[in-house]
Amino acid sequence: MAFVDYYKILGVDKSATKNDIKKAYRKLARKYHPDLNPNDKEAELQFKRINEANEVLSNDDNRKKYDKYGENWQHGEAYEEAQKQQQHQSQQQYQRSSGSQEFEGSDYSDFFESMFGGGFDYRDGGTKFRGQDFNAQLQLDLRDVYTTEKRVLTVNGKNIRLTIPAGITNGQIIKVKGKGGEGRNGGPHGDLLIEFIITNNTEFKRDGANLYKTVNIDLYKSILGGDITVTTFDGKVKLNIKPLTQNGTRVKLKGKGFPKYKKEGQFGDLYITYNIELPKTLSDKEKELFKELAKLQ
Amino acid sequence: MQNKHLIPLPSLCTHYKIEMSFFNGLKDYGLIEVVSVEKTHCIHQDKMADIEKMIRLHQELRLNFEGIDTVLNLLEKIDYLKAELTSAQNKLQRFTND
Repeated sequence: MAFVDYYKILGVDKSATKNDIKKAYRKLARKYHPDLNPNDKEAELQFKRINEANEVLSNDDNRKKYDKYGENWQHGEAYEEAQKQQQHQSQQQYQRSSGSQEFEGSDYSDFFESMFGGGFDYRDGGTKFRGQDFNAQLQLDLRDVYTTEKRVLTVNGKNIRLTIPAGITNGQIIKVKGKGGEGRNGGPHGDLLIEFIITNNTEFKRDGANLYKTVNIDLYKSILGGDITVTTFDGKVKLNIKPLTQNGTRVKLKGKGFPKYKKEGQFGDLYITYNIELPKTLSDKEKELFKELAKLQ
Repeated sequence: MQNKHLIPLPSLCTHYKIEMSFFNGLKDYGLIEVVSVEKTHCIHQDKMADIEKMIRLHQELRLNFEGIDTVLNLLEKIDYLKAELTSAQNKLQRFTND
């Protein structure tokens, strides 16, 4: 258990007045409040620290106790324990063992809990708040999200069954209601927000439900035309290349793209761009024939 | 109350130990939509997360209605920009060769 310097946390001197403490607390609270810093764990931790500091320093009795024992708070704790044992049972209601606390002890440092117990009286029976939302990331391959999948995720030791609809996009967030943190003072659970990170190691580029692919064709096929076989996301298709197909020509294969999110049976399109490959070497005969062709132009 | 999805404001006042004037203020600033059922003002349960956020901003940061409105607008803008950024990054992947 490390000593916690509450004055340092609030950025005030030991001689700070109640008003100075209140001002410093409010300024920091506005900076680190979790509602203003969504998904920022560091801000959340800092907010808990400044709350704890404020709860000690803004209360005369607790500030006195904190100032009295300061760095030597461990001796103070022993002293307090000895005193507590002699006191009436009703005075022990704020200790952790009483089970009367209605908020999570984890909101407070070990130092705080050892000195002041689980928390302060004013919180008991206080405002009921919904638990915090939990954020999680799930990394999947593009091929994994081509079909709707059921998965079991373990979040904070709990198994959560999740249906991942086909066509989910990179960065999309799915909300699982009631699977977040426990509510404060008996409030409802928060939600679990799962962000999907979709990695694409395929030959396809994706934009929403449309897929894009570049296909190389040789010079002769681009001039004379012919059939080629192209691999789509779910199989192979035969394509007819028209004679005199230009480099960069794009064709659309309707419905051969990616599934549309939550639109069962609907697919985007696959766009094929032709890249015409010129020969890198020519035989003498070929050179001669090209020269002949050139003369005809 | 017939509609299970509606929460009466007087219940919220008791539950959150907050004055009705706070909810009236939120309504006047267009921050919440109030539905009247059998002469009781209610809000939809889907809006509870937003309302709790407004209560926290008011109680923990002492923000007035203008402040709450500003913060919510800015948070909405941040969410929109984040979504735009993700969408733009996804589109950009089409033109990268990695």
